[in-house]
Formats: sequence, C-alpha cells, structure tokens
Amino acid sequence: MNRLASAFPADRAALVAFVTAGDPSPAVTPAILDALVAGGADVIELGMPFTDPMADGPAIQAANIRSLGAGTATADILTIATDFRARHADVPLVLMGYANPMLRRGAQWFATAAAEAGVDGVICVDVPPEEDGALGPALRDAGLDFIRLATPTTDAARLPAVLDAASGFVYYVSVAGITGLQQAVQTSIDEAVGRLKAATDLPIAVGFGVRTPEQAAAIARVADGVVVGSAIVEIVGTHGEAAAPHVTEYVRSLRAAIDQSRKQA
Amino acid sequence: MNAPNSFRTQPPEQANSLRQQPDERGHFGAYGGRYVAETLMPLVLDLEREYRAAKADPAFQAQFDDLLEHYVGRPSPLYFAERLTEALRDGAEPGMGAEVWFKRDELNHTGAHKINNCVGQILLAMRMGKTRIIAETGAGQHGVATATVCARFGLPCVVYMGARDIERQQPNVFRMKLLGAEVRPVTSGAATLKDAMNEGLRDWVANVHDTFYLIGTAAGPHPYPELVRDFQSVIGREARAQMLARTGRLPDLLVAAIGGGSNAIGLFHPFLDDADVAMLGVEAAGHGLDREHAASLNGGAPGVLHGNKTYLLQDDDGQITEGHSISAGLDYPGIGPEHAWLNDIGRVEYTAITDTEALDAFQLVCRTEGIIPALEPSHAIAAVAKRARTMRADQIILANMCGRGDKDIFTVATALGVEM
Repeated sequence: MNRLASAFPADRAALVAFVTAGDPSPAVTPAILDALVAGGADVIELGMPFTDPMADGPAIQAANIRSLGAGTATADILTIATDFRARHADVPLVLMGYANPMLRRGAQWFATAAAEAGVDGVICVDVPPEEDGALGPALRDAGLDFIRLATPTTDAARLPAVLDAASGFVYYVSVAGITGLQQAVQTSIDEAVGRLKAATDLPIAVGFGVRTPEQAAAIARVADGVVVGSAIVEIVGTHGEAAAPHVTEYVRSLRAAIDQSRKQA
Repeated sequence: MNAPNSFRTQPPEQANSLRQQPDERGHFGAYGGRYVAETLMPLVLDLEREYRAAKADPAFQAQFDDLLEHYVGRPSPLYFAERLTEALRDGAEPGMGAEVWFKRDELNHTGAHKINNCVGQILLAMRMGKTRIIAETGAGQHGVATATVCARFGLPCVVYMGARDIERQQPNVFRMKLLGAEVRPVTSGAATLKDAMNEGLRDWVANVHDTFYLIGTAAGPHPYPELVRDFQSVIGREARAQMLARTGRLPDLLVAAIGGGSNAIGLFHPFLDDADVAMLGVEAAGHGLDREHAASLNGGAPGVLHGNKTYLLQDDDGQITEGHSISAGLDYPGIGPEHAWLNDIGRVEYTAITDTEALDAFQLVCRTEGIIPALEPSHAIAAVAKRARTMRADQIILANMCGRGDKDIFTVATALGVEM
C-alpha cells in the first residue's frame, strides 16, 4: 500500500495540512513541516509558490510573496521534499500549485524530479481534466498520484470526467471561491461528500475555509480527510522563523477535535 | 439582410484554411486551451455553449450589428495617410516607399477598438442571464469600454485595476466612475494589469452564479480567445472590403500593435487565407529586448497563465516577470494564443518597437496627419516607418490605428520632458 492510501484508514479521518514552501524562507520550511507532523498531520501539502496565485485568498497570496521574496526556487522545493522524505519515511507528501512552474522545464522533468524527491502526489489548480494531457500522463508514468479537485460547481454530468484518472484522493473544494475566506455550510458539505462517495472509492478530503477545530470535527464526521491551509499559513505569517511551536499547537488542536469527532460518530 | 459587420460573414470555407482555429477544445496548435480551476470549468463550458448558440442566432447577430453601426459608429473609415507616406518616402531609394493606409478604429465610440468586443460580450452576458459584469483593465481603455456598455444596458460593473495603473491613469478612472462603474484597486503583486486579471478571476470564481467576466483581449480560457477575435474581426472584414472597393486590390502588408493582441487578430484574421498579404505584429520592446520589455513572443517562452497556454515573460522557474512598456495597453506579460500559433507556423511575423521609437512615431503621425494616435498604434506606426522604405511605392501597407492618444498626452509629455 502506498503512503497516500495508508493515510486514509477507514476508522480515522486524515488531517491534510498545507504550507507554502519557502515561507518565510527555504531554510525554515523543514522545521515547519516537522511541526505539522508533530501536531498530528497525516498528509503534508507543500505549496509551490507562484507569482500569480489566481485561486488563492490574501493569506496564501502573502505567503507566496514572502517565499518568492526569500528567493525560493523550484530546486529549493525539491530539496525540501527530498530532506523531508529522509526524515519522515512514511508521511505522504503532496506538491500543490499552479501549472506554469510545474510545466516550465517540461511535465516529464517535473514528474521525474518530484518522484525522485519522494513526493507522492500532485495537485495542480489550473490543470482541469480537459487539459490532463499537459501534466497527467507524465505524473502517472512517474508513479505519482494526480489528485483531482471537485467543487460545488462540479455537476453530476461533469463528475465522471473529474473522477476519470483521478488517484490518491479527491480534494473537495467546499466553497466556490478562493482559499481562506468563506466557510461552507456544513449541510452542503455533507451532501456533496455523499454524492462523491457514491461515485468513487477514492478517499474524499474537504478543504477551503476550514479554520477552527469545530469545523474540522464537523467535516471529519462525513469525509475521509480535512484540509487546512490558510489558517496554518497565517500562523507562519505572524510568527515567521519562530512559527514551528505555534504550528504544532494549532495542528494538535485540529487533530484532537477530528479524533474526538470520529469516536462520537 | 446581412450587414457587412456581421461576425458570421465568412468567405466560403477552403481546404487547409488558417481561419478554422481553434479546435473543439480551444487549442490553436499547441496553445490556448482551458487552464482554469475546476470551479470555473463548468462556467467556461456554459459560455462556450451559449456562444455557439448566439453565433447561430440571427437576432443576436442583428443586435450586434445594429449597436456597432449606431452606437459604436462603424464602419470606421479606411484612410490613405498621404503626408505620412510622403514623409517616409523622403530619403528612400527612388521608387521605394509603400503607401500607408490606416484603419481608423480610433474613431470608435470610447476611442479605441475595445468597444467592439465589449458590445459582443455584454450581449452574450445578458443572453446567459448574468446580472453583474466584472472586467480587468490596464491603461483603462477596456475598463472604460466595459463601463460604457454596462451603463448602456443598466448592468452593475466592477473593474479591477492595479493600484499603480490607477495612479498613472486618473482620467480613465474618473471616466469609469462617471459611467457608474466601481473601480477596485488591486494592490497584490506589482499592482498592474496581470494582477488585475488575477483579481478578476478571484472575483469570478467566488461569484460564478451571477457574474460575467468581460475579458478585454483575445486571451484567457477558451472560448474567450475565439469570441474576442470574432467580435474584433469586424475590423479586418471592413478593411478588406474597403480596400478592395477603393483600390481594387488587397494590401501587401498588415501591421498592428500587440499587447494581448485583440486589435491585431481582429485585423489579421479575415486576411489569413490571402496568401499574398503579409502580416506584422508589433510587440512592445520597452527599454529594449535585452532590458525591460513586454515582448512575449520576441523575449518570452511558452507557458500557462490566466487560463491559456501561450508565450509568457517568465524566469527559469516559471515565475511570471513584469512587462514594461511606455504604453500601459501593451504592458502585459502574455499574448493571445492564436498569435503564439501564427508565430510558430510563420504566417505572421512579429517584431518589437522600443518606447523611444514609439514616441517618435507618435509625434510623426501628429505632425503629418493631424491624428494624435494612442501609444499602442504608435508602436505599429514605428514598425511601418521601418518597413515602408524597404517596399516599392506601388505597394500598400495597412496599419491599424486602434486607439486615439488623448489618454496618453500626459505620459508623452513626461517622456518628452514637457511640463503641463
């Protein structure tokens, strides 16, 4: 069983934690990743900074600017991944970002480099199923999961296209909007997760706007995973190089709430 | 009756036509496509369906034609720039120095070609039942054109504009406000056009249920590059018919400035299958191609941004770099995907003109023709000036005068060191 599949056991909702690579600097990111693991994150989403993060809200936009301002290069991100894999043999690591930095040297180059760095999967915001050919085949050839996104606007007619060739898990973006701002109504999440589960055996992780332990717990009752990003990125933004202990503390609070919620279910 | 403006009026289809792009998935060769977040994808597919239906609907067509004629003021004149032609012949070899003609889209309502596309898209928005319009703008020309059609049809309008551009383009900001639009400053990134486009996409993704994104150039996710081209192709169709009527022949060379490339594709597209008509797209070389510029084809590389694959200004890691041009309308790090394709297949030649060369051409047109051109077509005219002398006197260059220069007089004054 690969690392990603093991991260979503039937009896426990996974906590998927996002941070932007190189924020506040490439040298600090390893400590922040360790802090996520120490707090109980099951899957690490490592954001690849981009100058034009069109789907992101203010928190992650600011993180991208901090990271690029610190000089973070693609090579740094791959080094961060390689070193993470050396320290954490079993924790799944997913790269998340936009198409252009992934395609710059060719999809094949990126897929091979990511696989060699110990990355398990890739989420690309602006490569929808219609453009799968730009990135999907290269990732699959390299043995990486290409994690697909479903959203509130993904209707029944379109869902099969989204799920076709999806692997790893399905990331349900619970609000039509950008990262970190609104939170979705829980009933709409329940309904959407039900719809997705009827259509696929892949684990369903729910994210966008998840910020409090209570929200995480509510999602954990119905979904296989909870994705938290902007709230963690804001802690990094506030505490900078000293963020690690604060990150651990926050992630631990999410972990506890998620575990509690599943026990009640 | 089919008006000459009709964007469906096509010559008979021919084999191996260059005018049948994009394919059904929105690809122009390797370029274009629909590189958008999943949230937008269903909407983009809806837009495509609705556009196909509109294209086939005579009522939509009739309304578009009527507005272009009576509201925009089309057809725009085709004009022989006699004194400019003579000025460029001065110093040329005997018998050399092509005739220079202008397609005068600067005479349109709102002063540029932008309005052609805005009329088409707002009709489409209303057809789709959308009740709110958003747009991005750099220099403010597309923002003004969008605010104009929104006022005309009574739809609320939000225009995203980089905070830096707002400072540089105060008159256009005030125009948009007079027209009832809300201008939202964008402070992210470099606070210019590409950041305004990012913010437009963020708004759209959060308001997909009621909002139509009125994109200003022939770029973005499919079907935008196609539909903007179709709406702008009125320029080339008119010019082709006018040139045949006036001279009995087609021009030898078409020249147009390129930021995103909508005025250029609008002029070029109806001529693409006329093998004897050469075409020259003119990018902004800014301070020079070895320094800061906005020439995506001449100084960029293929990549993915704002929903399409095309040539981009970017670094080795795929981070987008800032464009620079004295013309805010050319100051964009990408280019429409159809131009990327036309470049690769060699059908259109793309060159670049510096700020200084454009300023010289600006002044030349002012003095020889009594026309104050915008800085965008001043780039085209600068390229014309270089080419005309290398062509025979019986040859014809047709340049797109895509905008008037009233908006640019402060920029030009500053560049020339004149206190106003």
